[in-house]
Amino acid sequence: MAVNVRIPTPLRKFTSGKDIILVEGATVGEALENLTSAHPELRTKLFSDNGQVRRFVNVFANEEDIRFLEQLNTAVADGDQVSIIPAIAGGRA
Amino acid sequence: MTPHTAWTKRLEACHPPRLHQSLLALVGNTPLVRLQHMSAHLPKSVEVWVKLESMNPGGSVKDRPARQIITEAIERGDLGDGKILIDATSGNTGIAYAMIGAAMGIEVHLVMPGNVSAQRKHIVETYGAKIIYSDPMDGSDGAIRLVRDIVAADSANRYYYANQYGNPSNPRAHELTTAPEIWQQTAGRITHFLASTGTSGTIMGTGRGLKGFNRDVRVIGCQPSDAFHGLEGLKHMPTSIVPAIYKQDELDEVMFIETEDGWDTAERLAKEEGIGAGNSAGANVYAALKIARTLESGVLVTVICDHADRYFGE
Repeated sequence: MAVNVRIPTPLRKFTSGKDIILVEGATVGEALENLTSAHPELRTKLFSDNGQVRRFVNVFANEEDIRFLEQLNTAVADGDQVSIIPAIAGGRA
Repeated sequence: MTPHTAWTKRLEACHPPRLHQSLLALVGNTPLVRLQHMSAHLPKSVEVWVKLESMNPGGSVKDRPARQIITEAIERGDLGDGKILIDATSGNTGIAYAMIGAAMGIEVHLVMPGNVSAQRKHIVETYGAKIIYSDPMDGSDGAIRLVRDIVAADSANRYYYANQYGNPSNPRAHELTTAPEIWQQTAGRITHFLASTGTSGTIMGTGRGLKGFNRDVRVIGCQPSDAFHGLEGLKHMPTSIVPAIYKQDELDEVMFIETEDGWDTAERLAKEEGIGAGNSAGANVYAALKIARTLESGVLVTVICDHADRYFGE
């Protein structure tokens, strides 16, 4: 499955300025795992030491918050969009 | 804690109720409360006090700059005669503008990031303000850029751009009200004032006012440790559009706070002190306790920017 991950502005310095990264994955967790393997500096920004998404980071599968779906096990299909959105905060890249 | 007799004797427990001609008179004069349990490990000579800005009528510290910005704009003739107030905001300032605008008959348009909570949208719309959404991926800087574009294209001159990030009325509100209140409430004993920075109005204005009373008061600005953070309303200055009112050289110290420390401290404030607070207040108190642990004596004051219930449902 090829999934588009949308990167918020403050994190684009770790993706060479790209706002969308295409990654493989059948779940949101797999997609984010592949994203952070390709861009390792993103790992500590998105995940806490126990491997969970940091509390203030909101991850959406298409338009739905994964907290209200199956968390990182939420299934994604080819062409789906995963968005990483921080709580309301200032900051350019 | 032993209950004070004034709370149990009916007559003494009753403060005389006040009468006001206008809602605007309710802004400010907020209580200062000493932390009891979270500071129990400190020497008795180290006091940590919090100013409950959550008790303003709009529920946040932003009532002060909003009132100052609006009333000074009216005095100058920039606002009134049907002009629309417009500004970028991530929440609390928008609520304050909307509330005061309603009370004064001023139309308010707010540019907010699209990921602002449904609750905030409801609050400002209840006061009759109109919301214009900016890209959620761009945070509050995206809202600033969009409001600038809207104002630049306003050839009919319909808008008054309040510009909380660059308007000197913002820090002046704190210099004229917050600082003298704290000075009076601590009987001039304050040694440290800390506040986290979004527009930076609170720290710049209160710091300036307090240093006017005693230039030895240490003024400490706190900001998120990273551009990607979850401390609502705050700015990581090294990577942000720096507010024109922010003058770092006037601060004695700058501290960087992790999001999780701010969030955890906000939870502790509620559970250990009974003070429900947002996570920017958590960051403030985290910083104050960190400084307090290094002191043998001192009177530290920081700000509870808003109430926890503003974040319920997020």
